[in-house]
Amino acid sequence: MNGEGKMLPGSLAKDARIASWVAIEADGTVTVRTGKVEIGQGIRTAVAMIAAEELDVGMERIRVVSGITGDVVDEGVTSGSGSMEQTGRALRQVTAEARAALIAKAAAHLGVDAGTLEVEDGTVRSPATNSQVTYWELQGGQPFVGVARGAVAPKDPAGYTIVGSCVPELDAVAKVTGGAVFIHDLAMDGLVHGRVVRPPSTGAVLLSVDAAAVRHLDGVLQVIESGSFLGVVATDEWQAIKARDALALSAQWRESAQLPDEDNISAWLIDNETAAHAVIDGTPEDAPVPDIAPPVDAAKTLEASYTRPYHMHASLGPSAAVALFEGGRLTVHGASQGPYPLARALAGSLGLEEDAITIIHTQGAGCYGHNGADDVCLDAALLAQAVEGRPVRLQWTRADEHLWEPYGPAMVVMTNASLDNDGNITDWNLDLWSTTHQGRPRPTTETHSGLLADWHREPARARPVAKPNFSNESGAHRNAWSTYDLPHQRVVSHFVAETPLRTSSFRGLGNYANIFAIESFMDELAAAAGLDPVDFRLRHLADARGRAVIEAAAEAIGWPPGGPGSGTGKGIAFNRYKNSKAYVAVAMEVEVNEENGVIAVSRAVVAGDAGQVVSAHGLACQLEGGVIQAISWTLKERVRFGPQRVTSVDWETYPILTFPEAPIVECILLNQPGEPYLGAGEGSQGPGGAALANAVFNATGVRLREIPFTPERVRAMGVAARRGA
Amino acid sequence: MAETFKLRVNGVARQVDGDSDMPLLYALRGPLGLVGAKYGCGSEQCGSCSVLMDGVRAFACKITLAQAASRDIVTIEGIGTPDNLHPLQKAFMEEHAFQCGYCTPGLIVTAKALLDRDPDPDAAAIASALQDNLCRCGSHGRVIAAVRRAAKELAR
Ligand code: FES
Ligand code: FES
Repeated sequence: MNGEGKMLPGSLAKDARIASWVAIEADGTVTVRTGKVEIGQGIRTAVAMIAAEELDVGMERIRVVSGITGDVVDEGVTSGSGSMEQTGRALRQVTAEARAALIAKAAAHLGVDAGTLEVEDGTVRSPATNSQVTYWELQGGQPFVGVARGAVAPKDPAGYTIVGSCVPELDAVAKVTGGAVFIHDLAMDGLVHGRVVRPPSTGAVLLSVDAAAVRHLDGVLQVIESGSFLGVVATDEWQAIKARDALALSAQWRESAQLPDEDNISAWLIDNETAAHAVIDGTPEDAPVPDIAPPVDAAKTLEASYTRPYHMHASLGPSAAVALFEGGRLTVHGASQGPYPLARALAGSLGLEEDAITIIHTQGAGCYGHNGADDVCLDAALLAQAVEGRPVRLQWTRADEHLWEPYGPAMVVMTNASLDNDGNITDWNLDLWSTTHQGRPRPTTETHSGLLADWHREPARARPVAKPNFSNESGAHRNAWSTYDLPHQRVVSHFVAETPLRTSSFRGLGNYANIFAIESFMDELAAAAGLDPVDFRLRHLADARGRAVIEAAAEAIGWPPGGPGSGTGKGIAFNRYKNSKAYVAVAMEVEVNEENGVIAVSRAVVAGDAGQVVSAHGLACQLEGGVIQAISWTLKERVRFGPQRVTSVDWETYPILTFPEAPIVECILLNQPGEPYLGAGEGSQGPGGAALANAVFNATGVRLREIPFTPERVRAMGVAARRGA
Repeated sequence: MAETFKLRVNGVARQVDGDSDMPLLYALRGPLGLVGAKYGCGSEQCGSCSVLMDGVRAFACKITLAQAASRDIVTIEGIGTPDNLHPLQKAFMEEHAFQCGYCTPGLIVTAKALLDRDPDPDAAAIASALQDNLCRCGSHGRVIAAVRRAAKELAR
C-alpha cells in the first residue's frame, strides 16, 4: 500500500521509492535494478524490455543490476514462476512513473505544456517550439526523489513496440562466443582455487584423514579439516583438484544404512506419514480429514495410484562460488536464487552481522529450483576464512552436485472419482504423500542450519525440522486442487516429516506429480465413460482461456488420434499453473516399441496463455524447455540409491534426454494484450509428463502410472496387459 | 612435476607450465584465459568442454597437456568473436537456441566439426553428431534448427 491506500503492483509494494528501481545515469544509460536474478529464464532481458518500453529509450541503453545485496530491493527468492509478476509488474509501474517525472521536468525546462511533448530514445521534444532536452541532461547522475503512487497509468499495450517483440538476450553475444558470463568464469586478481571432500553418504562420519601429507603437495595453501568437513585451497585449479583427490583417498569414514528401499518408496512414504491435512481451494487446513464417500448412485467409480521418484535438478554446470574474506567482511559471488535469504543464513553460520556480508549474484548454469548454489557459497566462505585476503573460487565436482544437491521429492498420488451415466464427474478425491519441498536456506541458529557444510563441520548443526506447508498452492499440494469444474473435491495432503534423502524446491514443486496424476486420471475416466479425452476435459472446464489452450494443442497435434494398439499414439494434458498463473496444454505423439519397451516421442506441441507476452521467444523457450525436461524426467530419470549411498553419481548413472531422443517442440502462444503477465516457467512440466503417459496409453492400451517409464517397466506392463487380455 | 608445453591454440603459439597429466581444460580456463570451454563432468559425458583438435571434436576435460602439445587446438573463442560472429554463432542467436547457455560453446564447437565434414546434415545427422553433448534447459529443437540455419548460410 502507499499513502493513498492504492495497492502498488508486484514488488513495488515492498519498496515504492523510484530510485530503488531505476536511475538515469550521467553517461547516457539507464540502470534498472531488480531483486530477482537470472536463472536462465531470461528475466534480465524481460525487465530491460519493460523499462525500455515505458521510458521510451533504446534497449541498448538499459543496464540491469540484479541480485546484489544492499543495492537492490529484497525480492526474496527467484522461484515459483514469480519473476514477471513481482519484479516485472513493479518495474512496469515504476518506470512509467519515472517517465512522468522526467516529462514534467522537461516541460518546466522547455517552458511548454507536458501534454505536447514527445519522447524518442530518451530525447524529449516539443514539436511546437522545436526545442528538446534529453533525460540525461535533465536527470543524469541524480537519483530520482519521490515514490511511486500508482497514479500514473503505464502505456497502452496496443502501442507497444518493444514488449512482445523478439530481442536478443542481453548477454547472447557473450554466450555464443565463450565470453565470461558465468560464476565459473569469474577472474580476479589473486584468485586461488578450492575444492571440498564430502562424506560418501548422508550420516557418514570421518574417522581419519592424512591432512599433513596433502599440505605438502604442489601449490597447496591450506587444508581445512573441521569435523567431517574437508577442503583444500591451492594456487591453481589443477593443484586443487589433485590435492582434493589425495585428501579424499586418505579419508576413512564410518557409514550406516539409513536409506529406504528405492523400489518401495511409495510404501515407505505411506508408512511414514506424519500428518494429514485437507486442502481446500489450494490451501491446507488444520481441520479433520473427511472420508472418501462415493455417491450411492454413481454409474462408475475408479481409483488409481501414481508415483514419481526422487529427481535431480542436475544442472549442467556444477555449483560454484567465489568468496573473499577481508577486514571482517565477507563478499560472496554466487548463483543463489535468494541473495538476501542467503546472506541471513551465512551470517548465522559464520557469526557475522548480516551487513558485514555482500552477496553478488552471478549467473550459474540453469538451476530449475534449489540446487547446490547456496551450499557452495558457505563452502567457499569457509575456505576463504582460511586464506584471508585472497578470493577463493570453488567449483563442485560432478559427483558433489549429483550426490549433495537437494532432490525433488518422491511422491505418491492416489485418485478416486465417480461418474454418472452421462459421463460427468460427480465425485473427486485426491490424496498425496510427500516429504518437504522447502529446503532453502533460512536464518542459521545455534542448533540448526539449512546449509550443507554446517551439518558436517564442528560444531555440527542439525538440518531444520521439516514442517507441513500451509501456504496456498505451494509445496507438495501445488495444483493438487483440480482446475476443472467439479461438483465436489476432496483433496488431502499427507505430510512425511522424515527426509532420508534431502529434498527441496524442484521446478514446479508438487505440480509435476499432481498434474501427472490428475491428467492421467482424466484420461482414464474419459476411457471409462467412452468419451474422447479432449471432449471430456472441455465438458468439465468452463474457463475460456483454459479451453483455448487445450483446443490449440489438440488442433496442432492433429486430434483425434487413432485407437489403441497401433504402436503410435497421441496424448494431451492441461493445467493452469498454481490455479492462478499460465494456462498450458501439451500434446504429444509417441511411438512405442513393444519388443524392447523403448518409447520415442516423435512430436510435441505446447500451447500457452501467459497473459500479455513480454518476450515472445523467452516465453517460448521456457515452455518448450519445460516440455523437454518433463519428457526427460518421465522417461529416464530417477535418483538411484542403496541402503547407504546414493549411486547416481554422474550422467551415466543418472541419464537425461539426449539430442537424438528429444523431439522438436512446437510452441503456440495465445497472447492477451493488456492482461497481467502470468508466470509460465514451470507451467509445462506437469502436462508434459501426463501427455506422454496418455500418448503411450493411446498407442498401446497400457497405462503407465509409475515414473520413469523405463524400457523394463514398459516391457513388464506390456506383458501384464497381454496376460490380462 | 610441472613441465613446459608448447600449444597451438586458435592459430597462436602458446606456452603453458603444468603437469603432463593436467587436462587441457585447466590450461585453457586458467593461464590461457579462455573460459568458453566449460567443466561439466570431467569424464567425457556432457560435451561442455568440447574443443577441436586437428579439426575433430575432443573433450578438453580428458585430453592431457602431453596429448595436446603440438596439435592444432581451436576453442569457441577461435570460431568467431563478438565483432566477427561465425554463422553458427549468429544462428544460435537468431534461433534463441539456448536458455542458460552453459552448453552453448560446446554445442557450437561440436556443430562446427560436423559442418566441416558434412556441410548439409539433416536433423537426424545433427542430433546424432550432438549425442554426447547434454543440454539440461531443453533447447534441443532450437539447437538443431540453428545448425540447419548455419549450414544454409554457409552454403550461400
Ligand atoms: S566436462 Fe568434458 S565432457 Fe563433460
Ligand atoms: S541452455 Fe542451459 S544447459 Fe543448454
